[in-house]
Amino acid sequence: MSTKNWPLWEIFVRSKNGLEHRHCGSLHAADAEMALENARDVYTRRNEGVSIWVVESKNITASNPENNGELFEPAQDKVYRHPTFYDLPDEVKHM
Amino acid sequence: MSEEQIRSLEKQFEERIARDEKIEPKDWMPEKYRKTHIRQMSQHAHSEIVGMLPEGNWITRAPSLRRKVALLAKVQDEAGHGLYLYSATETLGISRDEMYEQLHTGKAKYSSIFNYPTITWADMGAIGWLVDGAAIINQVPLCNTSYGPYARAMIRVCKEESFHQRQGFEIMMKLANGTSEQKDMAQDALNRWWWPSLMMLGPTDDVSVHTAQSMKWKLKRKSNDDLRQQFIDQTVPQAELIGLTIPDPDLKWNEERGSYDFGEIDWDEFWQVVKGHGPMNKERMKARVGAWEEGEWVRDAAMAHAEKKQTRKEKQAV
Repeated sequence: MSTKNWPLWEIFVRSKNGLEHRHCGSLHAADAEMALENARDVYTRRNEGVSIWVVESKNITASNPENNGELFEPAQDKVYRHPTFYDLPDEVKHM
Repeated sequence: MSEEQIRSLEKQFEERIARDEKIEPKDWMPEKYRKTHIRQMSQHAHSEIVGMLPEGNWITRAPSLRRKVALLAKVQDEAGHGLYLYSATETLGISRDEMYEQLHTGKAKYSSIFNYPTITWADMGAIGWLVDGAAIINQVPLCNTSYGPYARAMIRVCKEESFHQRQGFEIMMKLANGTSEQKDMAQDALNRWWWPSLMMLGPTDDVSVHTAQSMKWKLKRKSNDDLRQQFIDQTVPQAELIGLTIPDPDLKWNEERGSYDFGEIDWDEFWQVVKGHGPMNKERMKARVGAWEEGEWVRDAAMAHAEKKQTRKEKQAV
């Protein structure tokens, strides 16, 4: 019986230069180097990427959905942060 | 949490799904939702992993380099699909090791179709065409299922799987247009894989136990019988096109229904295979458990190496 299991890694792939890295899944690997090699085989078999990031899952801090109210609701009533909030006559151009 | 609070949470939860909202790993979910998903998703992952075995059997004996690279790529995809699905299942709080343990002890099931043997090259054609064809019919609706990580994994799987069916059909077509021995081989493979492929879409609706709840959670969009009818209706013309005969004397176009009527499925056979008495159940488990046990020293060595590198790095940093 193995004493230690390979840790879990989160995989982020940049599909082409100019675009951001995007989370595409996770996998188990003994270390970062192996996580990169495995990510290549698991997530980029069809030219899906030009760059890979791997992050050990335990290093990610995630917000808790239970706090979604206090975190995200305050933005909902701030309509003045959007351009459509401001009334301008139709004659104004380039704005 | 009081029972009343749980009921209220459950109600909100069902409403979110009804509105087509996705459920993500850290969201509250009913225990039954978690358990049902762990069961279905891990079975799906196990099927991908065990599904490599019948085809792996033919990689070294593929009749040409073209066939060999295609089959190898297909089996690699299945490994990948198993991994997407295992990691999606882990987001529900079960570890990879627990899932392997369930597979290896027989507690978890995998698709019964993989308990049939692959005795000729034509079986590679029949599996791609029929087994992957039936799998696609099952899987496409899951791209829209309510659990986010499962839906995302299924989108990747479905995108990659369409080549699997096409390569299988191409193999069958080539054989069906070949010498009379080759045509016989193709027909024989169709004869052996047809009925198990129909069974693969699951028991008939009147005995299927999970349908109602699974429909609500969008783990299922169509009933087993509807999926089976869809599979038959789309596959029969494909067989006709390459001059092969579906091994069902009762198969007949029903003008009124706009569908094919078909013969009785031998459900005793299905349940026998599910219960572990199929032709290859023991063989498959032996191969799977063997691969896991024989790989143990590699997994341990990789971990020891990673730890050694880490320690060295820390020492140098001091």
